[in-house]
Amino acid sequence: MSDRMLPMANTDVSGSDAEPVATGGPDGTSAIRLVGTLAVAGALAGLAIVLVFQWTNPQIEAYRAEVLANAVTEVLAGADRYETVFVEEGTLTAAPAADTADLDRVYVGFGAGDLPVGVAIQGGEPGFQDVISLIFGFDPASGTLTGMKVLEHKETPGLGDKIERDSAFIRAFEGARSPLLGVKQARASGAAQEVVMITGATISSRAIVDIINHRLAELEGPVREYWSSLDRQSPGGSR
Amino acid sequence: MSPRTTTPQEVFLRGVWRENPVLIQLLGLCPALAVTNTVANSLAMGLATFFVLLGSSILVSLFKDLIPKEVRISAYILIIATFVTIADLVLNAVVPEIHKALGAFIALIVVNCMILGRQEAFASKQPLGRAVLDAMGTGVGFIIALLLMGTLREVLGYGSFLGIALFGPGFEPWIIMILPAGGFFALGFILLGFGWWTERKAQQPKGRRWMNEVTDAAAPPSGEAS
Repeated sequence: MSDRMLPMANTDVSGSDAEPVATGGPDGTSAIRLVGTLAVAGALAGLAIVLVFQWTNPQIEAYRAEVLANAVTEVLAGADRYETVFVEEGTLTAAPAADTADLDRVYVGFGAGDLPVGVAIQGGEPGFQDVISLIFGFDPASGTLTGMKVLEHKETPGLGDKIERDSAFIRAFEGARSPLLGVKQARASGAAQEVVMITGATISSRAIVDIINHRLAELEGPVREYWSSLDRQSPGGSR
Repeated sequence: MSPRTTTPQEVFLRGVWRENPVLIQLLGLCPALAVTNTVANSLAMGLATFFVLLGSSILVSLFKDLIPKEVRISAYILIIATFVTIADLVLNAVVPEIHKALGAFIALIVVNCMILGRQEAFASKQPLGRAVLDAMGTGVGFIIALLLMGTLREVLGYGSFLGIALFGPGFEPWIIMILPAGGFFALGFILLGFGWWTERKAQQPKGRRWMNEVTDAAAPPSGEAS
């Protein structure tokens, strides 16, 4: 390949030889030099990137863990810490047999007296422009939500991004009963299932309601099962 | 580009103002349109680009005799991409919120033609000192242009500056300014204003020019402190 490129480069140089070209021997630069230069440059660039990566990666990971911890404790009222529980073959287990990287997971929050307060579940589905990803808290004892937080979205600034900024909309999820029902302001009846959607952000609001409903339809059974096993343990645990 | 007439000061100021990459040369418009919806984003993108441009210019100027002419563009891109990856990682570690807001546009600094343009047109032919000055001038010019865009768009679109609300609750945000279309509007109006101002300045007598040429003792010292 470089042998074929070389004559082209040469004719190019000699074509414009009105001015003396610095590299311009009659046979140009050798292919080995060309490949060698790029190889050395590539190796050095790789080395530099790896060094910076080694230095920054712990901070990036720590930030991700912190964001997740904040989100879990934010959507689960009264949670001090959380444990990751994996979904394996339709049941929840704290110690799965398979590799944990591929498994769906939920976060069980523990509050005062180390009693479980609820389960935080992540979910994501397409919104108006791109996937909206969120986390919500669910209290299996009462069957209600304890909170909702949008983690990532690319919705229209000023309209769809109200799903993240409209505090009335966000608060509506606290205490809402599953399955949720997204309603327009004018048709709201005040039922516990209802979440009033944001004017001008109907599609984004509806996407959030759908994400939560879909995730709960999928996980509510396993979560309740796991929850009842937790309830039996906790009186012994909180001596 | 005749080295006889350009002083180091001119090399720097040229990029800042007279040959401003965005406002005059219309280079690097992709980030200038895409991530200037807030002042903080503009500043972060400007600083990241400044860092990449400066680092690349230093390396290209240092190694200009070692890089064969035939593979120079690949070598420049390699150098630029390395600095961009470093900037990407550092921003992610230090200011993760802003990193999230800038998204893919940090990686796209690699293909900012302003940076490759400075390497090919200047750093690869000039000694280190001048290359650094040129990179800093162009980088500062880029930051200025992005801040102009960011200020205009955030003030009109969010009614705030650096997140601090400027107007009372009665202010209705001009939402289009923070949408992509607003980027084109803002750039258009800034270019219009800039062009009008440059033309007006060019029509004034030379003694009133604000830059350089302090040496001409023609002595019409008409203040010019505006």
